[in-house]
Amino acid sequence: MKPFTYARAGDVAEALRAGAAPGAKYIGGGTNLVDLMRETIEQPTALVDVTGLSSDIKRLRGGGLLIGAAVRNTELATHREVRTQSPVLSRAVVAGASGQIRNMATVGGNMLQRTRCAYFYDAGGSRCNKRNPGQGCDAIEGFNRTHAILGASSACVATHPSDMCVALAALDAVVHLDGPGGARKVPLTELHRLPGDHPEVETVLDRSELITAVELPPLPWARRSTYRKVRDRASYAFALVSVAAALDVRGGEVRNVRIALGGVAHKPWRAHEAETALIGGPATTRAFRAAAEAELMAAKPLHDNGFKIELATRTITAVLSELAGGTR
Amino acid sequence: MYAKSGAIRINGTPVPPPDDPRVSLLDLLRETLGLHGTKKGCNQGGCGACTVLVDDERIVSCLALAVQYTGRDVVTIDALAGEDGLHPLQQAFIEHDGFQCGYCTPGQICSAIGMAGELERGVPSHVTSDLSAKRIELTDDELRERMSGNLCRCGAHNGIVSAIAQTHRAGQLSPRSSTKARRAAR
Ligand SMILES: Cc1cc2nc3c(=O)[nH]c(=O)nc-3n(C[C@H](O)[C@H](O)[C@H](O)COP(=O)(O)OP(=O)(O)OC[C@H]3O[C@@H](n4cnc5c(N)ncnc54)[C@H](O)[C@@H]3O)c2cc1C
Ligand code: FES
Ligand code: FES
Repeated sequence: MKPFTYARAGDVAEALRAGAAPGAKYIGGGTNLVDLMRETIEQPTALVDVTGLSSDIKRLRGGGLLIGAAVRNTELATHREVRTQSPVLSRAVVAGASGQIRNMATVGGNMLQRTRCAYFYDAGGSRCNKRNPGQGCDAIEGFNRTHAILGASSACVATHPSDMCVALAALDAVVHLDGPGGARKVPLTELHRLPGDHPEVETVLDRSELITAVELPPLPWARRSTYRKVRDRASYAFALVSVAAALDVRGGEVRNVRIALGGVAHKPWRAHEAETALIGGPATTRAFRAAAEAELMAAKPLHDNGFKIELATRTITAVLSELAGGTR
Repeated sequence: MYAKSGAIRINGTPVPPPDDPRVSLLDLLRETLGLHGTKKGCNQGGCGACTVLVDDERIVSCLALAVQYTGRDVVTIDALAGEDGLHPLQQAFIEHDGFQCGYCTPGQICSAIGMAGELERGVPSHVTSDLSAKRIELTDDELRERMSGNLCRCGAHNGIVSAIAQTHRAGQLSPRSSTKARRAAR
């Protein structure tokens, strides 16, 4: 039996010390890591349990919230201020996984969960540049109905599976990190990378860097925000396409808007093109559709997933129309 | 920092954590302790057959490393019945034909009890329309959505839903009423 250790970190300093050891990996709820260890895709030799670190949701001076990395998904979705001030976040969290899994899953672990690409999971039989850099990708010519249409590369077409992160991307969330080189902050939209030539490098984190918290800056108009997830069955399935959006409309005009997409790219996809097209313009279904089309201009469909382009366009349009309808 | 400390309380009995930290709570229950009530379906979080209660919250024990649960109170299906008979939900499953083969049943029952606790704490679900509501009613849609982490390959879902709904209406579903039943068992 290979030697294997487990330790529970009492604070950030302890976690960082233990996390620096070769072969060490942090563990939150374990709902992704334990599965991947069983599949031999992850092979740590030491686990550092970080569920004992901050599990508070604190109100920040000047507005906004600081959410500890060890906050469980259920607690995040239930928090009164999250539900009322950023409903998109609460809705995104409860759109994911199951009640049992949300009770276990932490905010930090949710952000760093890995793709559900079936070829990535098939360690015994398929080629995957994420698992074995340089090996090739069986998804590109394979069954790729659930794969990426935006920002993919010739090395990898996997998507990021998190619902929560799509809402965080829309809300301008900032991730707090700590590591051997000191503490730093990274916008959620810059935490995950596009695959390029190195799909095995999924985030900008250094190997032993730790997520300590995620900050929601004040965005009062995000009270009017929501999340819509389109999937193969009504519950308990990953997104084909999802849309997180917040909309501020005054006198029929779009004052401000945030849109992020899930299920379409290697990272939560902030729809900057669509946002730019909308701000200052009319809040009409036609304008929403045009903005969605502008965002999807860059989409490159694979053999089986061309439907996602129209699906994403329609879902963006529908979500913005729903949010605009609520202002009248 | 400590490697592992304390015991895991399982159905009221302290159990030392496994030597190998890779052992799941599910395997500890079934393989080490011989508590076969909790079932292994998929072993990857997808079916809910392995659902147990930890400090009254439902989790899937197949994705839980046992070492992470020292100091916690685990309750499995094996301990739900009291001296005075079955837990009200167990009885309701019989009355409503809430199973055929019975493989998913322990997970369904533990999950429903945890679900009732979530409802009391105001945890929203995917189908909750008003997120600012203080009280969430257990409508048929809410019940089905909240139980969607538990699959039944026999298709006994209609019986499962009515058994849970009836027990909930009778005020006998929450972890608190279940704890009472457990205490009576000791
Ligand atoms: C059946 C099933 C269905 C699911 N469906 C959905 C779904 O529909 N939508 C969705 O969004 N998700 C879904 N999930 C995924 C689930 O949301 C994730 O598994 C969960 O959020 C991961 O959190 P965790 O705390 O358990 O992470 P862990 O498994 O503990 O860790 C995941 C990764 O994060 C790292 N990590 C953890 N904490 C930190 C930290 N503080 N700092 C640095 N690194 C850290 C770990 O090293 C590991 O690499 C599903 C999972 C399952 C099993
Ligand atoms: S055995 Fe745990 S969820 Fe299926
Ligand atoms: S009763 Fe057979 S799986 Fe549910």
